[in-house]
Order: sequence, then structure tokens, then C-alpha cells
Amino acid sequence: MSETETTQHVELLTFRLSDQEYSLDIMCVREIRGWTKTTPLPHAPSHMKGVINLRGTVLPVMDLAERLGLPQREHNDRNVIIVVKHDDAMTGLLVDAVSDIIAITDEDLQPPPDLAPNTQNGVIKSLTLLDERMIRVLDLPNVVLTEQCDAA
Amino acid sequence: MNLEVLAVDDSRTMRDMIRLALEPAGFTVHTADDGIHGVEVLGGLAPDVIITDINMPRMDGFGFIDAVREQNKHRTTPILVLTTEAAPELKARAREAGATGWIVKPFDPAKLIKALQMVAG
Amino acid sequence: MSDPMAEIKASFFIECEELLEAMQDGLEELDSGESDIETINVVFRAVHSIKGGAGAFGLEGLVRFAHRYETVMDAIRSGTLSIDPDLMKVFFRAADHLSDLVRVSRDDGELPVAEGEALIAELNAYLGAEEEDEEEEEDIEFQPMGLALELDLGGDDVTMDADLPKPGFTITFAPEAELFDTGNEPFLIMRALQELGPCDIVCNTEKLPELSTLSAEIPYLSWTITLTSDVDKDEVLSVFEFVEGLCVLNIEQNSGVLELPPLDDMPDTMDDEPSEEQEPAEEASSPEKPNGALEVPDMKKEEPQAAPKAASPKETKPAANQQAASTAKSVVRVDLDRIERLVNLVGELVINQAMLSQSLESAGLSPHSDAMNGLEEFQRLTRDIQDSVMMIRAQPVKSLFQRMSRIVRESSAAVGKDVRLVTEGEYTEVDKTVIERLADPLTHMIRNAVDHGLEETEKRVASGKTPQGQVRLSAAHRSGRVVIEISDDGAGINRPRVHQIAIDKGLIPADAVLSDSDIDNLLFLPGFSTAQVVSDLSGRGVGMDVVRTAIQALGGRITINSVPDEGTTFSISLPLTLAVLDGMVVNVASETLVLPLNVVVETLTLDQDNLDQVRPGLDVVRVRGDFVPLFDLGQQLGYRERLDDYVNSVVLLIAHEEGHRAALIVDEIQDQRQVVIKGLDESFYRAPGIAAATILGDGQIALILDPSDIISHALSQTGPITMPQQLEA
Repeated sequence: MSETETTQHVELLTFRLSDQEYSLDIMCVREIRGWTKTTPLPHAPSHMKGVINLRGTVLPVMDLAERLGLPQREHNDRNVIIVVKHDDAMTGLLVDAVSDIIAITDEDLQPPPDLAPNTQNGVIKSLTLLDERMIRVLDLPNVVLTEQCDAA
Repeated sequence: MNLEVLAVDDSRTMRDMIRLALEPAGFTVHTADDGIHGVEVLGGLAPDVIITDINMPRMDGFGFIDAVREQNKHRTTPILVLTTEAAPELKARAREAGATGWIVKPFDPAKLIKALQMVAG
Repeated sequence: MSDPMAEIKASFFIECEELLEAMQDGLEELDSGESDIETINVVFRAVHSIKGGAGAFGLEGLVRFAHRYETVMDAIRSGTLSIDPDLMKVFFRAADHLSDLVRVSRDDGELPVAEGEALIAELNAYLGAEEEDEEEEEDIEFQPMGLALELDLGGDDVTMDADLPKPGFTITFAPEAELFDTGNEPFLIMRALQELGPCDIVCNTEKLPELSTLSAEIPYLSWTITLTSDVDKDEVLSVFEFVEGLCVLNIEQNSGVLELPPLDDMPDTMDDEPSEEQEPAEEASSPEKPNGALEVPDMKKEEPQAAPKAASPKETKPAANQQAASTAKSVVRVDLDRIERLVNLVGELVINQAMLSQSLESAGLSPHSDAMNGLEEFQRLTRDIQDSVMMIRAQPVKSLFQRMSRIVRESSAAVGKDVRLVTEGEYTEVDKTVIERLADPLTHMIRNAVDHGLEETEKRVASGKTPQGQVRLSAAHRSGRVVIEISDDGAGINRPRVHQIAIDKGLIPADAVLSDSDIDNLLFLPGFSTAQVVSDLSGRGVGMDVVRTAIQALGGRITINSVPDEGTTFSISLPLTLAVLDGMVVNVASETLVLPLNVVVETLTLDQDNLDQVRPGLDVVRVRGDFVPLFDLGQQLGYRERLDDYVNSVVLLIAHEEGHRAALIVDEIQDQRQVVIKGLDESFYRAPGIAAATILGDGQIALILDPSDIISHALSQTGPITMPQQLEA
């Protein structure tokens, strides 16, 4: 976020993955929709679930839990796809459920400790506390940019 | 006062710049792309003053001024020539062709307006 | 909040591109000797216009270079300088540099100063040194034209004494006929003077003749204007800027005493014939001055040929303009975003239509019913609309070819070869986005042709070829696609060497038996590069595989054809429109896939008789005596394991590039239909074998296959097909 003198307010969309809570800057969220069967892409990495039809656009869908290395769980109808936009590209993130939208300030954010898992690839940007619960704030660009897997 | 201007220049950028300079000052601006087009457009207008470039395809500024001056009703219509150089020969030539005055490009909008007011009222 | 200046500036840079293109055309014509006076004018005007606009935006570096270029062009135009091949080379390089300057100015980057100076020096050499100094003076500021009057009296001190005159000027002004001929108006001039300060104006009418002899064309009046103002004399002069030389003018500053020559014919009395233009005769408050107007000799500025009365032949340009490119075509400029939106909407229309069609069919309507007939008509119309919309974005490849022209110039200079680019079909139209994405692949192929394809000049001469090598670039529409060819008349592909390199790099087994065409295609394998020495140009690592990937991403194909000692030709085939595809819809595993119809040759069913196995992992199907390799799509795409038994499987026989055929096993064929191509965002993950996707009538996504890709992928795992076409029974 920006670096002005006045405290910056950030709105985060919080959601659940396994038993952990994560969040994203609401500014990059385009919409939230229910689970739809994905059309798989051949030889795709396992966190790439495939593509779905989003009102005429072909939207790639990623299993966020798998992407972050969390334990696998079953997919069911209650799963939600968060459609995010980054750098002109839209992606769908498959999560367990969406919780809330919270407003916090810069001061509420803490940097993640270096040794925590997943901080190496920078997917977790910061942490925040909400009612004694730890919520991880995702760094969307790093989440979306996986290594190119060209099965050649 | 609302003066009507016909600006003839083959450069789109120039036409846009002239429009940008004159319209806020209350001028009504018509444009044409070259001498021949200028004569065509002139037929449907009664401009108070004409601005024209020299280097244009199909019919250049001198040819255009000639053509305009040949028309009876435009024998004394003020015509300003747009020139990128202050070279005396060019001015003399413009005057020989019947131009009323000249403006050196790139022009300062205020000066353009002043020049127009000076020749057109 | 849009800044109009910024918009005009952006528009200016677009205009520059058009002007640069016209310049290139003109220079090429001049170079080929087929030019006329108008060609030179076109080039001159292009540079002139760029300079003019650049000046308006304060792009000094660009103005300076353009000015130099324009000056040389002007010399050509006026005949004081003539064209020779060396000058043409300088012109081309200068045009390239001008193009760079435009781009750098647009992107706010660093101007390439050193290169510019070198070129300016070369251009100067053609002009002769005197010009240089004179032109350095030219400034960009608008300056009022001052009239250099000799009667400039010193002593500007003014004391505000009641007795002394107030500061100001006494101006006598007698217009001549030419003043009116040029459309000037004394009234307006005097009004402008009044803006500088209060004026007393006296009209001198003594020259007025009898009314009966009065001619409307001859001015008889003159005026004496006393202006009270503390402005500079220059400002007063600037009011008369346009009319100096067209009148008798004297401006005197009111301070000190004038020493005047005796007055000539200046009677004070006025004629009794009043004229309409008579100003009210006020008592002129003339301080210590002789009465009446002072006639002084015509104060003309030192102009070389200032005779306004001289009848000079007016130059009229003939209206005829033969250049096809610059005929006044009616054009409209449209925002690309709007076109994108339109294209998307039309795409949706087609999808919707497919859904409608499906619903009607499942509703059990007879194919001959009015509704179905109407739907067919509807589909036909939609297809037409779609084609038309796609053609909106179509542009001639000319600008692309011109860029290649420059690449050839630069690369041939870099390797010291004499190369000429010949183009054909530059008015062939291709979708704008395709053109942009072709630039890099084409650049690479052209550089390859110059660097590797063409031999050194001595070798060419030794083998009886012309010392100048030729690279040919052509574009044409052929059976619904755009075909672009790049060919050179060089040595052709060195097949033994290519074969060996491929073996050395482990790309093929050492004992592989390959046809000529197979060897040629080795160039497309990743990691292949024949450059022993990394030349400046082609660099290392950017191989033909990257080019092919780029072409395929556009939905195209690239093939290669080479004849030893004669040359090599690359052929690119691209779809005309990127939006729709006639496809064959099939089921594989539980997924629905689409295959481009233009690659499907026929469909078969496998049985005991036509099925054979060459070796484990490579099965073939016998088709009228030929053996065609078989690929299990479900397995290839990773949807399921290999089928145990292929008997009774449905097979699609496809022909991919170079005419090689393959047979793809599918579970079921649904039907043939037109589908709208939806791109897959590949920044994320690029699926091998998949070209794009489409949305079916039921809203489900079906992937569109790239059969060539699948086959290459499959071959890379099983190894190239080494069996001869006919197997021993």
C-alpha cells in the first residue's frame, strides 16, 4: 500500500482455507461466485484446477489451499471462487468459504516472521489480528505468478 | 466577438493545436487538409479570416491564396500564413500571393489570437 | 480529467508514424529512380510537418535534426543538390534516426545524441558549411518583425512637464494599393494602435480627386496619428508588421527636436470632396513638429526581393496526385477499446446463437420448420457481421514490411553484406494485433536470413550469384488464410551440419534416418542453434522454436523449405480472423474438445485389419496403403491412461504441417460447428497442445486443440518416426 503520512485504510476480504484464515485487498477482488465444475487443462500443475466460464470469459481457477501447500480437503458445493484481477489478468481462487470484509489501517499490519512457511516465496505479505485470530494477508502478485510449467 | 476562422493545414496536429488555441477564445474554427480541400470548404463558409500553411499536398499555400483571392467576395478577406521560418523571402512571397500577414510556427496562442484580431477585427 | 494538449501530443506521435511511413515510401521511390518532383515534395513535407509539430511541443532535439534533414531536402527540391546513391544511403539512415528520435521523444527517453551528431555532420557536408552557422541562429520563439527605420531619434528621457509633450509617437501612415490587395485594413491597424494608448487621428484627404474620377481601388487617404503611450517603439512597429512595404510609414518617438529635410508636395489644405473614410478632423496636438504628414521615402526593410508590385509567376501545383497510398480515402479514427468491445459482443452473439440452436433442436423442432430456417439465416447474418467486424481491425502489413526494410539495412551493414529486401503484397490486410505480434518473429527470421541464410559476398560471386543478396518478403490471402513468406537466395540449409549438430546436442538418436524435410524441421527444436560464433545479430538462445511458438500462439503454422545453393523459404500461414473457428467437436474421456476442421481429413474406425504396431508405444493405422501414426488423445492430454484395446475406437485423421498425417483417437464425435475462440490467459500456465478455448451452447468450456502441438509433443516422447512409409507386410 502507499506510504503517505496519514494512516492508510485498507479493506480486506477475509476467507477460510482449511482451518486458517487469509485475506486479500478488496481492491483486487472483482466478484465472488459459487463453485462451478472446472474444465481441466492437460498436464497442468495440480493446483491449477482448470477453467470456468465467467459470463463469456474463460477464467483460470486455482486451488488456493493447494497453491499455498495446505493439506488437501474435499471440494464441495460450499466452496467459493474469488475472482481477482491482477495486471489486467483475471484469475479465480478456489477457497473454502468467504468470511467478511474488514477495514484496518496500516498500523494493524505486521510483517510476517521470516521462518514461517510460505514466506520465502513472498505469498504472505503481512499479518493482522482480529479478535485474537491471526489473519494472513496474501500478496496477490506472488500467489498468481507461479513458475511456468511448460511440459515440453 | 465571435469570429469565424478557416484553418488549412495538412498536419492534423497543427489543426488540433489551432483549434485548441482559438476555440476557448470564442472563435469558431473550421478546418481543411490542403489547398484543394480548403477551396471546397470555403465555398460553404463566410469566414472572417483564413489561416493557411504553405507546404501542403495537392495544392500548396500559395496556390490556395491565389485561388481564394480570385473569388470576388474574398478579394480582401484577411489571410494569415503559417510559416516555420521567419525568412524574408517567404514573407515576401506570401505577400506577393496576397497574404495579409503571417504567423511563425510554433505559435504562441495569445499571439495568434492577437494577430487574428488585428487583421480581422 | 483529460488534458487536451496531451491528447494532441499523442495524436501528433500517431501522425508522425504516418509521416515516417510516407517518407519511407518516398525514399524507396527515389532510390529506385522511379520518382518525380512530387515524390521529393512528399518527403520534404513529411520532415517539415514532423519538425513543425515537434516545435510546438518543445521537442528540441527532434526539431534540430528534422530541421537539418529538411534543409537538405529543400536543396534537392530546389535543384541545388542532386541525388546520388551515397546521398540516398545517408537519407535512409537519417530517416531511421528520425524515426528513433520520434519514438524516444514519445517515450520520454534519452536522445541518441552521438548518432545524431554524426548524421548531422554528414548532412551538413552536402550543404556546405555556410548554411550551418546561419541555421544555428534560428530560434523557435515567435518574434515580431521589426522595421528598421533610420529615423530613430535618441534621447528617450521624458519629463512630465506640462509644456513638454506627453511620451508617445507621431505616426504618419499612407497605405498603398497593395495593402488593400492583401486584405489589410487601415481601420483595424489604427484600432490596434488605440490599444496601445489614446490616439489623435487626423485624416489627410488632399489627394482625394473629384468624385467622378474616384477609383475604388486606389487609396487616396493618409493619416497622422499621435499616440500617447509609453510602450516601446518595437511594439508600435509590430502593429504595422504585416503592412511594412505596402505603405508609406513614418514613426517618430516624441522626444527632442526633429531636424527635417524640406517638405515637398505637402499642401496643408484639404480638398473639399469628403470621402466616406474621413476621420473627424481634430486639431492634431502636434508637439514641436512640422505640420502635416511627413513623407519619407518608402521605408522598406532590407529585403532581397521586396517589390510587392512585381508580378511574379505564381506557382500552382497540379491537382493530380498519382500516389495510391495518399489518395483522400474517407477514414474514421476509432478507439481500439471500442472495437474490442464490439468484437466481444459479436462473439457473445455467436455463442448465444449456438445455445439457441441447441435449445430449439432439443425442443424437437423439425429442421425444416420456419423457426429452424430462420435460425439458419440468422446464423449466416451473424457470421457476416463477425467477418466485417474483424476486418475493421485489419491493416495492411505495409508498416510491418517497412520495419523489416530497416532491419535488413541494419543487419546487412552489421555483417558487411550487400542485401536487398524485396516486398510483395504489402497491402494485404491482417488483423492489427496479429501484425504487432508478428514483428518479433519476422525480425528474427530476417536477421537469420541475412546472417546465416545468405553467403558472404565473395562466396556468392564465386558460385556465380549476384554479389547482392536478396531477401524476399511477401504476404497474400490464400484460401481463407494469410500466407507470409520469407525467402532468401542464399546457400540453403546445410543439412549434414544440421543433422550432426542435432545428434551432438542429443536432440535425435545417432542412428536416426531422416528425410530432408525432417532435417530442416530440426531447426524448430528448442535448444538448437547452428551459430558457431554468436554473431552480434542473431544472438544465442533465441531459436526458431521461439518463432514457431509465437506463430502458433496466433493460431498459425510455419513451414520450411530449402534447396541447397538456391535458398531457403519460411512459410507462415495465419488465420484471417482470430475470432471464429470451424471445428469438429469431440468427446475424449469425459471432456469435450474441439479440433480445427481445416486439419481434419477424414474419420475412421479402428479394427483388427487396419491397426498395427511398429514398436511399443508407437501404433499405426493403415490408410489406403499408407501407415499413419496413431495417438491416443485421452492419454496424451493426461485425462486417462492408455486404452488397452483400440479396436472400435474412433479416429480422426488429421494432416498437420508439411503434409504429415496423424490419427487421433477420440471417444466420440459430436458434430461440426462454428465456435467462437476465447483466448486462454497464458501468463498463468500454458497448456501444451491447447490453442484456445470456446464456450459451448450449454455454457460449458471446451478446449480447442492444437493438433500439431500435440503431435510434436507426442513425438518428442516417442522419438521421431523413423519407419519408411511402406512396411513390409
